[in-house]
Amino acid sequence: MTKTKPAFSLNDLDGKVHAFPAQDPVLVCFVKEDCETCNTAAPVLEAMHKAYGAKVKVLLVAQSGAANATFAKAHGLSMPVLDDTTCKTAFAWDIESVPSVFWVDTDGSVLSEFEGFIRADWEALSADISAKADLSAVQIDWASLPAWRPGCGSKHLDPAVYDKLRAEAEGSPIHARRIDVASSDDVAEFMFDQGFSDGLPLVPPTPERVLRMLGGTHRDPQDVIATVPPNMGVATVEKIAINAVMAGCKPEYLPVVIAAVEAVCTDEFNIHGVTATTMGAAPVMVINGPIRHKIGMNMRLGALGAGNRANATIGRALRLVVRNVGGASTGGVERSTLGNPMKFTMCFAEHEEGSPWPALHVERGFEREDSVVTVFAMTGGPVHIVDQTSRAPDQIAGSLGLGLEGVFLPKLRNLPIDALLVVCPEHIKTMQREGAYSKERLRDRIQEVTTRPLSEMLVDDKSGAGISEEAAAKMGPEAMLKSVPKFASTDFIHIVVAGSDAGKFSSAFHGWATGAVGSISVSKKIDLG
Amino acid sequence: MITILDPTDERTPVERQITKRSGTLSGVVGLLDISKPRGNVMLDELAKLLAQKAPDISVRRFTKPTFAKPCPDALRHEIRDGCDLVVEGLAD
Repeated sequence: MTKTKPAFSLNDLDGKVHAFPAQDPVLVCFVKEDCETCNTAAPVLEAMHKAYGAKVKVLLVAQSGAANATFAKAHGLSMPVLDDTTCKTAFAWDIESVPSVFWVDTDGSVLSEFEGFIRADWEALSADISAKADLSAVQIDWASLPAWRPGCGSKHLDPAVYDKLRAEAEGSPIHARRIDVASSDDVAEFMFDQGFSDGLPLVPPTPERVLRMLGGTHRDPQDVIATVPPNMGVATVEKIAINAVMAGCKPEYLPVVIAAVEAVCTDEFNIHGVTATTMGAAPVMVINGPIRHKIGMNMRLGALGAGNRANATIGRALRLVVRNVGGASTGGVERSTLGNPMKFTMCFAEHEEGSPWPALHVERGFEREDSVVTVFAMTGGPVHIVDQTSRAPDQIAGSLGLGLEGVFLPKLRNLPIDALLVVCPEHIKTMQREGAYSKERLRDRIQEVTTRPLSEMLVDDKSGAGISEEAAAKMGPEAMLKSVPKFASTDFIHIVVAGSDAGKFSSAFHGWATGAVGSISVSKKIDLG
Repeated sequence: MITILDPTDERTPVERQITKRSGTLSGVVGLLDISKPRGNVMLDELAKLLAQKAPDISVRRFTKPTFAKPCPDALRHEIRDGCDLVVEGLAD
């Protein structure tokens, strides 16, 4: 078996440099001072060094910093004990445990390698070296040594060390520009100063944290997910991961964030318009499918509010990507008159298990077992719909309809504008108490109770919004008597279920300009590899 | 030192860039004396030259209480709010 091992150049305890590969065959052993098995092997190695050192260079590669000298002294070691405290060599040689032994020939081929202390391995190694180097065998009382003793984990596999090594290694998946923040600077303040923040503190995206985040997806870090308006910044998986770290996400949330970025950067969703509009819109994310439980999202008590890390940070990560990669900052391309808190984060999961209806993603053509993110461009919400007394299904449905009258302005009707209605479990219960009450029936009921004559939409002294006198004249008096519902069609009424079991309060989000001129809701399947 | 990765599309430099120059000298020029020996002498001379060569601008003088500590916030704000340009007499 021919495998070449990576070259190294390390200092021994006196500061002298030893290089691998060398002129002679080399016996390399990785050790840790606090590993009992390494301490068992040490005298054997010293004996081998004394017996074969003329022909085979014995090198110990030690991980324990100042304790390397302790180790050498304790065993009276005379071979070079090299300093690999940073574990870069252990990482490059990809060992698992210590002691790890490699006998390498002058051409670089590995003649023998093993881990731990299996006495037979060491005896065989000694015999092989003796034969090949034509030197008398080492004098060791093998019987006094344990037949078998397992090694310890190599220090480089310690999570704190490993991620750092990965980030710095050649061929590291990290391509993003590194920013060195001086030790006298506060990195939290620095990130605010650089404009990375939405106004709230950020988690510093160190290379180690970003690498850990990238572990949450099977996608290649340099895969391009989208180009993000307005600056058409390239959102690679890595860039998304960096912003996800800042938002406070866990690695397992990353696939959701990736799907969300993909969804908002479509032409249909039009994140540019959504961000820029003076109307102040924000993407509202609804998550469906098994991912909800897998990552602990909230679809129940307080689902639309604070307190759940997945809900909060996934929504926030999306906003940070749009801000930092897309360059859409408030006061720049973002021109909202007032804006709203949804621009920090607005992400929740649907309570599919409590819904009598097909889940949102199933309605939109996905399989029940698919994990899906759906984004809606919403200008307002969540707005409460309070009905604590209705007993009849049609009454609850009617109240939900009346609660939606506020979209844009109560008097405006026939709106081609999305609304997202979140029905709470108690309202569901009342609605279903006389038998099945379908989503379609609810939509029709919403339209029914909000139907008013067009004449009520006229501009008047109370409100200058609505149909102007000229437009009304053109339409004619007959047309003005026609009654129209709140929404231009039931297609604009989106319905999901969420919330705790107690409380008769549903909620609604109000949309933005829906359609080609504005934004159309988009669903994307979450790639869970 | 802590290293973080850039979350942006990297089109702007990380280091703060020098402010754009307007090409003309106008407005209020603040002269800040940090109380190093003879800093005031240099700034007096500068004020004289400015009066000769740029009679349209007005000059305001400021003094830091000590060169050994950062500028007090109140003074910094006063300079920021009241001047268009600042010349500081640094070092010895």
